[in-house]
Parts: sequence; structure tokens; C-alpha cells
Amino acid sequence: MNRLIIALLLLVLSFPAIAEITAIVGGKVHTVGPQGTLDDAIIIIADGRIQSVGKGLAVPAGAQIIEAGGKIITPGLFSPVGQLGLVEVGLSAGPVDSEQRGENFTAGFDVADAYNRRSTLIAINRIEGVTRAAITPSPGYPDDTGTKGHVLSGLAAVVNLGDDNILDRRGAAMVVTLGEGGSFFAGGTRAGAWLVLRNALDEAADYRDHRADFERGLRRDYRHGIADLEALQGVIAGSIPILVSVDRASDMEILIDLTRDYGLKAIISGGSEAWMVADKLAAAGISVVLATTSNLPRSFDSINARRGAATILVDAGVRVALADSQSETHNARNITQSAGNAVGDGLAWDAALRAITLTPAEIYGVADLVGSIEAGKAADVVIWPADPFELTTYPDQVLINGVIIPMISRQTLLRDRYLQTDSEKPPAYRK
Amino acid sequence: MNTKSAALATIALFFCACDKSSDDAGPAPYSSRYEAMPASTTLISGATVLTGAGDRLDNADVLISDGKIVAVGVGLRADNAAVVEAAGKWVTPGIIDVHSHLGVYASPGTNSHSDGNEMTAPVTAEVWAEHSVWPNDPGFVTALAGGVTALQILPGSANLIGGRGVTLKNIPGRNVMDMKFPGAPYGMKMACGENPKRVYGSRNQAPATRMGNVAGYRAAWIAATDYRDKLAAAEKGQGEPPIRDLKLETLVGVLDGEILVHNHCYRADEMSIMLDIAKEFGYKVTAFHHAVESYKIADLLAEADTCSAMWADWWGFKMEAYDGIRENAAIVDRAGACAIIHSDSGLGIQILNQETAKVMGAAARAGIDIPPERAVQWITRNAAKSLGIDDVTGTLEAGKMADVVIWNGNPFSVYTRVEWVYIDGALAYERGNNSVNPVTDFTLGTASATGGAQ
Repeated sequence: MNRLIIALLLLVLSFPAIAEITAIVGGKVHTVGPQGTLDDAIIIIADGRIQSVGKGLAVPAGAQIIEAGGKIITPGLFSPVGQLGLVEVGLSAGPVDSEQRGENFTAGFDVADAYNRRSTLIAINRIEGVTRAAITPSPGYPDDTGTKGHVLSGLAAVVNLGDDNILDRRGAAMVVTLGEGGSFFAGGTRAGAWLVLRNALDEAADYRDHRADFERGLRRDYRHGIADLEALQGVIAGSIPILVSVDRASDMEILIDLTRDYGLKAIISGGSEAWMVADKLAAAGISVVLATTSNLPRSFDSINARRGAATILVDAGVRVALADSQSETHNARNITQSAGNAVGDGLAWDAALRAITLTPAEIYGVADLVGSIEAGKAADVVIWPADPFELTTYPDQVLINGVIIPMISRQTLLRDRYLQTDSEKPPAYRK
Repeated sequence: MNTKSAALATIALFFCACDKSSDDAGPAPYSSRYEAMPASTTLISGATVLTGAGDRLDNADVLISDGKIVAVGVGLRADNAAVVEAAGKWVTPGIIDVHSHLGVYASPGTNSHSDGNEMTAPVTAEVWAEHSVWPNDPGFVTALAGGVTALQILPGSANLIGGRGVTLKNIPGRNVMDMKFPGAPYGMKMACGENPKRVYGSRNQAPATRMGNVAGYRAAWIAATDYRDKLAAAEKGQGEPPIRDLKLETLVGVLDGEILVHNHCYRADEMSIMLDIAKEFGYKVTAFHHAVESYKIADLLAEADTCSAMWADWWGFKMEAYDGIRENAAIVDRAGACAIIHSDSGLGIQILNQETAKVMGAAARAGIDIPPERAVQWITRNAAKSLGIDDVTGTLEAGKMADVVIWNGNPFSVYTRVEWVYIDGALAYERGNNSVNPVTDFTLGTASATGGAQ
């Protein structure tokens, strides 16, 4: 297997780190953009961006050519929730940089400053097609000292899984835990969690309207610190959506009222019972990051969880990004399995691909940058040998911002080491 | 009944011989009271059949009668058989999950339903998972919709020795006895690594380290050996028998080869040590569960005839899972060791076919070809082997229980769904047909009862 690694390294080394112009020639291109699906198309990439995509394009002289005849080509996949780059090992090992506990900060906690592009999780997930991710704070359940987190967990960010200029959008969403989870952080009832959220929004608005008085000490003290109130300004201005972890339909109905009262943008995360209020969510413009295959009543909040919810939501006009409640971080790569299962449960194939590419980019306000293969967008492209949703399919090549990613991870290195059975030396001597 | 079944029956007798009331006509306490549902003669016609015994038969038929497989082959005929036209469909043995906590960690996952870990002492061999099983766990039904016909319910992994596991037929009953797989031996759960040392170490109690774990297992086996010796001596008239001890009774069952060890263990180095402990005390590790690093010691596992029950790709959620790779099961299989894909999850158990497919794809990428007829064994025959029920289920062979799944396509495609599930020849599930499908008491009136579980 050493030969394979060397071949891969040669492949990588044979291209400069950033090609000036790269052409992907041939293949069936699912642009997920206005051009739809193109057979036997050509993608021209210049300086990390899609310059053009279409049939019969002229390949500029000197362009590096990636032959993709017979392949399936999609935009890079977008992981819509999780802790990529924030968590290495979850339990008893760390680092875990997604959970802010204690009294210092709530809404102001910003995961962008904790992201580690060198985490082993990054290569493991990007070689399977994930090129962008919303990285989200998680609610801090009590640590060893009993200190716990908050209804407002802080700011999510959008990153790319490349090696340079990794931060796409700071403050992409404000993470809020409501429902049964929220009640835990708010003193025992879900109504208390709503109160915490409304109080934070009210204080943020008061601070906005009386900032000068506040700074002169002419305004009452707030429960929240300045960093938190500053972080909430985008939320009350409607430029930062709240990403609300909630499963029960009744909580979603209250959320609809709250977004109307405060002029908020909202995304539901989890959403076990969202299908029951699909029309209302569509009318309110609330998106759903769906735990696609979670069909068990994990708690009384998800008593009506079911398969096939993605189809109902999409048919109702709700923007849906597909996730997997069991594998949103270490196995963010499994969103292809979520997409395939959504199709198996009735969703159209193209809609499923959109739900793991363009829709999450729209939800987090970065659709002008990524999510589809369109001129001007970042060149995140995945070349697949077959249907990307099929469980047996792995990408041949991934490009992020036009960079040809080495298709190597710590897991492929472990695999290659232990595929060698003829070595007389201990594994540590097998390179 | 072949010799092995007879042996299992003997085991069952051994374990209830202790109960004086078993002289009565009724079933012995705690023994299986499972009764197959009414079944008719059925001919599944024209399907792609993966037998679980290693064969793939195209355009083949499966004949079921009296709850048993009668024949598998091409061009079968049977008078009075209900014919299931299955052209374009695939047929496999019923899926078997060797690692489930359905019923003992039932949905909804409230504290009230936390019945899987007797976290009160590091060795609790005296507890039996079956005494925690809640048959109304809606997860049994969703698992059935995923083709699962038999499953082992295990205690959790907080303890070095967590207690007895139980193998069930996946037909929700009124109590666990109604579900117990007839003749199946008991399993016993052991756990390596982080969980026991974290649970007890955090209480300043042994074990707090991996070496403490090992000392704990050995102490338990020493006590069990002593108990067994005293029982044997008393049998020969040398001294009084010891007072009956449920904990030691289970451990002696393992030493006597009648209870099968299912050992939660992630790391290759720890699994190797566990094999040595088994050698020291003369028992067998039937299967390592989770076995995230089995690929590093596949040869040792083959030599020990120990199965590995693995996830496709769970990794990194704790340190001992950090070296997980998708090719694990394929490398184990390639070495001639017994590979199983398990779930440990109410969601994963519904898609064991999909989890298997992920390994097939990863294996192909690594140059290991695993065709469907081989892969299916990881969730059927090999699973049955590790539960000691492979003589009666796990493959589509004449004389075995008619535990059969019909899929609407290749089961290793993400788009494929289960269409029909037969358990002992009876139709237990039909996709989309609420008049056929079970609904647990708990889910009455919810989406799960009206198609939500699909």
C-alpha cells in the first residue's frame, strides 16, 4: 500500500498548491444552480473560483486538466450542524471547544476562535466530500464541577475544510436550546427557556436604543454582559439567524410567534416534529436542519418523530438541510447517507443533493460564495465514480477553493499500515 | 433437532434445575414462552437470494412451510402455497443484531427507562438484562421495519462484568419470556477500558485504571473457580454445597461453556489481554463488541475463533475509539476471523444493511472485494453464530426457522427498503401496511402508529 500513498503524493505534488487555471473535463455535472445538470461538461477554475461551467467550453492553454469522463460531479457538501474542528475526542479526552459554561459569556461565545483546521476530523471528512461546515456551539451540560451552560450557547461560524483562509463567515447563527433541553438550562421548564431568550432579546434592544446612556451609567444594569448584548445585535437586526434546537411541534408554533414579534430569522435544528407544522414553518420562512433518520421518540418532545419528514417539509416549501443526529461531527461525511435515505423515503434526488449543498449555504447566508457550481463561486467540487449517495461510493477527488485536496487522512494511513500483513516488523516500523 | 440444539436444550435444563417448581407441567421460570404467529405455506418466487451461507442465487425461490425453510433453489413449486412474486426483489435471512439495548434503554429515553447498567458494583454477573426489558419499546418495531428478526439485549458497559444478556425473537410480547429466542444460550456482558474505570474511578473506587480493570476480572474468575470446585466437591459427597450465589452461578456458566462471553472492548492491546485472561481461567471470548481496533489483531482473533461485532464507522467519540476505520470488518473478514456488524443503537439497528454497505465500499477502495453474498453474513450467519443460534437461524437453509426478509432491491443500496419480514414463517411486517404491522402500546395514537416508523 506504500505504492498507493506514493502515487497519491505524486499526484498532489504534480500540481502546484493553487493552480492558476484548472479544468475538469467530462463527467455529469450536477451544478445545483441555474444550469441544472450537464452531461459531459467542462468546469474551468481560476484562482480558486469557478470561472465557467458548461458544455463544449474551450480549455485555456496551459490549464491543468483533470479528466473526469464518466464521473459524477457535485458541489462540495455542506455539513449544516456539528463541531468539526472544535472537538477532537468527545469524552474524557478533549479538546472540546464547543461548550461554554459558567457565568462569563453566553451569546457572545464565538466558536470561530476555537476552530482547528489541523484537526484529524477535517481530513477524514473532506476526503469524503465535505468542503464547508457550519460549526456550532453545543449546549454545555454540567461538567465535573457541576457548572453548566446556557439557553444561548453562542455564535456559530461557517468554515471551509481547506488549509488556508478557512473562515467564511463569523456569526453565522446564534445557537439557542429550547424545548426539553432548554428547560434544563432555564430552571426546569421550557417556558423559562423562552423567558431567557425574550429577556436577552429585550436587553439587546434596550442596549441598542440606549447605548450612550448605558455607557454614561444612566441605564439600569443588564443580566447579560456587553459581549453578549453586542453579539445579539445581529440577531435583533435580523442579519444573524437563531439556530434553535427544538423537536416538539408546540415549541415550533411558539417560535413562529417569537420570530414575528421580534423580526428574527430562525432555523430549527433537530426538528423531529417539524413535519407536523410544515405549512406554518414555510409561511414563517423558518428553515429546518433535519435529523433525517431519527424516527424514535427519544423523549416526549419527539413522540411523533418519523421517517420521510424531509419529503413533507420540502413539499410544503420549507428550506431543509439534511443532517444526522448520530454523526454530525466525527462522521459529518455521512450526510450523503442522510441524503440517500431521504430519497429512499420519497424525496427527489436533486432536492436531496440541494439539501446537502446549496440549501445549507442559503440558510447560513453564504450562498453567494458556495453551494453550487456556478461562475464566480468558490471552486468546491467533488468528483465521484458513481452515485454519491450510494453507501459504497467514495470520492475520487475533492477540490476546495480550487485546491486539489490530498486524498489522505489519519484513517487511510492506519488502514494502509494494517493492510500490510507480510511485514516481519512491528506496525510502528511500517510506514 | 440436531446435536447442538439438543445441547442447548440441556443447557436450558441445567439453568432451571435449580428451581424446584419446574417439576410442574408449565414452562420453567424465566424460560422462553415464545410462540410463533400463525403461518401459511409461502413460496417467494423469482428473487435474488442471498442465502447467508455464502451463496447468491439469481431468479431463485424460497419455500416456507410450517414456519421452516423447506427449500431454496430455482424453479420450486408447491401446492397450496401463497406465492409472493418477488422478481426484482432480494431475499436475505432475517437480520440479527448482537448488540442492542432495546427494552433496557427504551424510548423515550427518560431516567425512568434507564435500566441497562447496574452501576452499583463493578461485577454484577447476577443481574439479567431480560429482567429490565420493556416489551413496549417502540424501537423493537422500527428495528423490525429494518428487517431485524432476532437480537441480543445486553446490559450496558459500566461494569467489568455487567450481567447476562438475552436473545429475543423480534415479536413484541406481553413480557420478555414471550420474546425469548427458544433454546438460545445466555450471553454474559463484560467491558474493557474506559467505561468501568471512569464510572468507579470517579467514585474513588476500584477500578480506576485499566490494570484495575484486569485485577477485577481475575478476582471474579478466581471466586467463580472456587465456587465451581465446591459445587463439584459437594456433588461427589465431599462437603456441603455452597449457598447458591447468582453472581458466581453465571460466571460458572461461562467457565462450563454454557454462557457465551460478549466482551465490550475497543483497543487491540486490551482485546489481546482479555484473550489471555480467558486462557488463564479456561473460558472462551465468543465475541468482542465494538472492537474498533480488531483490524490490528485480526490474525489473533482468527486463531482464538473469537468474533468481532463492529460498527461501520463510529469513531472518535472517546479515546479508545480514536483509531476506528471503515475497513475494520473487511480486514477482520479477510483474515478468516468472524466479522459482525452490530448497532448498539435504536437507529443503527434499523439500517444494519446500510452500515455493512459502507464497509463494502471502503473495502473495495482498499482492494478487498466483498460481494453481497459474503457481506450479508456479517449481519446474519456470523451474528447467529456468536449468539449460539446458527443451527436454527441465520441462513436460508432447509430446516431452519423461516426468518426471512424481502427487500425491494439490493439491500446494500441506500435506497432499498424492507418490503416484507417473516419470522418463523409468519408475516411480521409489510411496508406501508398498517393492518399487518405491530404497534406497541406506547406508540398508539402517535405518528409511529400511523406510518411514521415506515
